Amino acid sequence: MIDLTINTDLAGTILTGFIHTEITRTGLKRAVLGLSGGIDSALACVLAARALGPENVLAIRMPYKTSSADSLEDAQKVIDVTGVQSLTIPITAMADAFIATDPQMEPMRRGNIMARCRMVVLYDYSASFRGLVVGTGNKTEILLGYSTLFGDSACALNPLGDLYKTQIRQLSRALGVPASVIDKPPSADLWSGQTDEGELGFTYSEVDQLLYLMVDQRFTPDECVSAGFAAPFVRAVVERIKRNQFKRILPPIAKLSNRTVGYDFLYLRDWGT
Amino acid sequence: MKVNVALAQIKTRLGAVDANLEKHLAVIKEASAGGADLLVFPELSLTGYVLQDLVPTVACRPRGDDPVFKPLLAASQSLDIVVGFVEEDVRNRFYISAAYLSHGEVLHVHRKVYLPTYGLFDEGRFFAWGEHVAAFDTRFGRVGMLICEDFWHASPPYLLWLDGADLFLFSSASPARGLGPNPVLASTEWVDDINRAYASLFTAFVAHTNKVGFEDGLHFAGGAVAYNPEGELLGHGPYHEEALTIVEMDMNQLHRTRARLPLLRDERTSMVLREMTRIVEGGGTNHGRWKAGEA
Repeated sequence: MIDLTINTDLAGTILTGFIHTEITRTGLKRAVLGLSGGIDSALACVLAARALGPENVLAIRMPYKTSSADSLEDAQKVIDVTGVQSLTIPITAMADAFIATDPQMEPMRRGNIMARCRMVVLYDYSASFRGLVVGTGNKTEILLGYSTLFGDSACALNPLGDLYKTQIRQLSRALGVPASVIDKPPSADLWSGQTDEGELGFTYSEVDQLLYLMVDQRFTPDECVSAGFAAPFVRAVVERIKRNQFKRILPPIAKLSNRTVGYDFLYLRDWGT
Repeated sequence: MKVNVALAQIKTRLGAVDANLEKHLAVIKEASAGGADLLVFPELSLTGYVLQDLVPTVACRPRGDDPVFKPLLAASQSLDIVVGFVEEDVRNRFYISAAYLSHGEVLHVHRKVYLPTYGLFDEGRFFAWGEHVAAFDTRFGRVGMLICEDFWHASPPYLLWLDGADLFLFSSASPARGLGPNPVLASTEWVDDINRAYASLFTAFVAHTNKVGFEDGLHFAGGAVAYNPEGELLGHGPYHEEALTIVEMDMNQLHRTRARLPLLRDERTSMVLREMTRIVEGGGTNHGRWKAGEA
């Protein structure tokens, strides 16, 4: 029996402590985050509001012209529930200015451009609001590489990156994320009708169980098959994890000197604080 | 004899020794005002934990002429103090150390003998391995000190027991991990379990304290704890926040427990040595790290 249940009080305590500590120790006291109307950013928003006080959190809705109206409404529910500050900055003009340069552009490229436009907005408001960008990527999507490099994965700190999507749902229910946000099918909302599970080809609850065995419990792929997972599914997930390692690390620097950033120049970000 | 033992669980600034020293002096005052006879700080309490390349810049020497130890030794006139620090030896090797300070003297220094270098840990890359596990006499009886991974192994507490320790002082900077359905993380629960086990198995006092706060994404949960020779809980600090937990140890409990349960009296140390020798010298490879030359 694979049990991904977490103690939500404990998780909430640690994650709010993390957000508060890792932001305030830089000398700042505020956070900026993109609010998509989905569950991950809703949970990040609730945690940030608890950690810093809602007046210190700026949630930005960044719709593109194809984004669904439901997303905006769901994001508004999160803003209302948490009481955080909010802005709506449509990205259509900035994204389309570039998308128009290539009429052949396929959906994935357009989706990446939208994700990176949102990153530009968040980092600009990070400077003007004097807050750090709180990331919303979860462990499932980080392991599967289901994100845009330098787009939605860009952040100053990530409170959710060690929670599987299944656990995100559990914690969201416990912390009062609106039900409509929790219950709708997860989607990057980059084009109409897109869903994560449709695009990935499997459900989060299936893949979370497999990832938990492989990553947390260190099962070999063969052992996962013995545990009841279909061999092609296991192979596909292993391949995805491997192929997307580049998204999880800083770009490698070619070593020339005796001391090189990343190899033998080693300091935590919290250096001196 | 009754001893008030204060267990400090503090946040530290990473690599900022002066700021951490200031906090130590404030906590020492607080513990002293609270009637503590002995105050224990966590592992690397003067420096923070994930030091990496900061190690050589935060090292000090536990002597009266060291600018960090000078004020700590002065403060140890009012109560005994255990502090955690990076120690640089005369040949410029760096250790994770704990020093026991009493009446202006350094009574004992323990250098961590087990450096976890696996999983999220990388201590063996930055530190030298301590080579000694020894108990020492204090005004409260004979004490043994260990640092974190030292007591995840059963042998160092066992050696201290045989060397006469009746009071075990354990310090940690243990990144909390293992979130599941329970209200306590698996790693912190495990530490409580083994501390209680050592108190029961060795019919001795065990006191443990642990760092608090965050270093990047690592979370240190605190949760100081103390058990008496019956394995009974004497006190437990909170999780996730700074605290000073003061417990009273009635050292006469050693007499009462050992009258009932003579585990120490009956311990067959000569047999242990004989069998250890057979196991280690016998050419087998079942005994952990192999000796040099073994294949």
